[in-house]
Amino acid sequence: MNDPSIPGIPQLIEIARSVRIDIVQAIHHAKGGHFGGPLSAVELLVALYFRELNIDPVHPQWEDRDRFILSKGHSAIALYAVLAERGYFPVEELMTFDAIDSRMQGHPDMKQTPGVDMSSGSLGQGLSAGIGMALGARVLGKSFRTYVMIGDGESQEGQIWEAAFIASRYQLDNLVAILDYNKVQQFGWQYPEPLLPIDHPEEKFAAFGWHVIEIDGHDFNAILNAFDQAKMVKGKPTIIIAHTVKGKGVSFAEGKYQWHAKVPNDEELTLALAELVRREG
Amino acid sequence: MAQELSQRVVFGETLVELASQDSRVVCLDGDLATSTRTDMLFKAHPDRFFMMGIAEQNMFGVAAGMASVGLIPFVSTFACFTAKRALDQIRIVIAQPGLNVKFIGAYSGILTGKTGKTHQSVEDLTVFRAMPNVVSIAPIDGVEVRQAMHAMVEYDGPVYLRLTRDPMPVIMGDSYQFQIGKAVTLREGKDITLIGTGEQTQRCLDAANLLAAEGISAFVLHVPTLKPLDVEAIVNAAAATGLVVTAEDHSILGGLGGAVAEVLGEEYPVPMKRIGLRDTFGESASNAPLLEKYGLTARHVAAAAKTLLEKRST
Repeated sequence: MNDPSIPGIPQLIEIARSVRIDIVQAIHHAKGGHFGGPLSAVELLVALYFRELNIDPVHPQWEDRDRFILSKGHSAIALYAVLAERGYFPVEELMTFDAIDSRMQGHPDMKQTPGVDMSSGSLGQGLSAGIGMALGARVLGKSFRTYVMIGDGESQEGQIWEAAFIASRYQLDNLVAILDYNKVQQFGWQYPEPLLPIDHPEEKFAAFGWHVIEIDGHDFNAILNAFDQAKMVKGKPTIIIAHTVKGKGVSFAEGKYQWHAKVPNDEELTLALAELVRREG
Repeated sequence: MAQELSQRVVFGETLVELASQDSRVVCLDGDLATSTRTDMLFKAHPDRFFMMGIAEQNMFGVAAGMASVGLIPFVSTFACFTAKRALDQIRIVIAQPGLNVKFIGAYSGILTGKTGKTHQSVEDLTVFRAMPNVVSIAPIDGVEVRQAMHAMVEYDGPVYLRLTRDPMPVIMGDSYQFQIGKAVTLREGKDITLIGTGEQTQRCLDAANLLAAEGISAFVLHVPTLKPLDVEAIVNAAAATGLVVTAEDHSILGGLGGAVAEVLGEEYPVPMKRIGLRDTFGESASNAPLLEKYGLTARHVAAAAKTLLEKRST
């Protein structure tokens, strides 16, 4: 990196570590919230807010900013932690998560939290709103881009596929969907054999006319390359299918549906923080 | 005979007018353009018309995204789909953040062109009255449709506009000024108060004529805005006669009748009767037999008024 204000990969890794610590502490403090889904999305969100999005934390309503929608709204605490680390509001405010009168609501509220571009929470709805923003940019002659993160369980909602059809039909190359493909939903299918929340999303989105990029969603190089590649695609929307691990970074929660919305107790918090602060290598 | 206008035709014409005046106005259509008459906008401004296909949930979400970046989207489909098929989308991304989306309930009530109960809408006002942040408007005629649409564009926030299909007489004069949240006295009277919303207010006016022929003087109040409700006008209208009949092409549960009963129950209790769908769905038929079977004619309104008057005199 020539520009010292642009964080390189080692710095992004450190930011992701801080974000995970923020998330775990906030959930423990609030005694509520979701655990696995926020942790799987951390690298994707950090890459967006620290490298990809054209934004200004001092002016969250700047009208030419790139837009981001967290359609899997139950991972709100991850978005709040990234926004706080990016400077939209103090990191200490994360400790008000889920409390009365807090700007950190259980699901994203665009009228409460600086930096949140669209309310979400009832699953399946964010991609449609992203289409509206992308079409809006076209009508208004603006060059901002729109990014929407969807979940794999969420992709069972029919509205996701209504949106997939329309985004392709309008050739929205200013729209990027990111699938946080963490392979685990709240309970899902476990009998007679375990099934994924969605099989072969790459085939399904390709069949709907999308450009598909498949990556490791915890690898910053891969994530940043995917964003760059998406900008080269013309005439169709892009989906980045990011293979992730639910509960990533907290070993006892990784890949476990039981940690979809479990709150760590004091002992689990200590264990989780010990893992998260430990330096690799 | 008085001039007649279809609300849907005025809607299409006014949409073109608004889009021509204001570059932020766009329309999303759920593949009903020739019915709802958004085809007029498509012909005049094809770049401001967005075909969203037969996929209402996505359509309302797209509208929210458009509103969030500064456009003023009119979302057009039948009332039955607006109020039910896409209801959670309206709740989450339009009503809760208070985004500036205008959503149309075309072909409302039971007079829907022989499509029957699947395509009639008798509970949309109940739904949107109960939803915070949503303004609900049901105009009496084409003149009021046009004015209401201009007011909707000036107002920043979610608005539901309930429209009808077939031509009806024009009631409002050229000098009429629609205001969101204001009810309108159409006729002064001292014996009985008739309160209507949407086109059903026209049948209240006809009922007032029937009653006048029998020497009964009816006060007629038109309530085009179901929310915010003009509480003062409703209380004053009730106080003018001490008896109230409400009338709507909608369920009596939670619509105008429910709203007036709530207001008067708290503020000015008087005997009342509600004309409307009595906890039933409709069916396929042409307008006259539907109005007759479901008790929505001017004669039904007048009969309810006379029942209240007879009770008071005994």
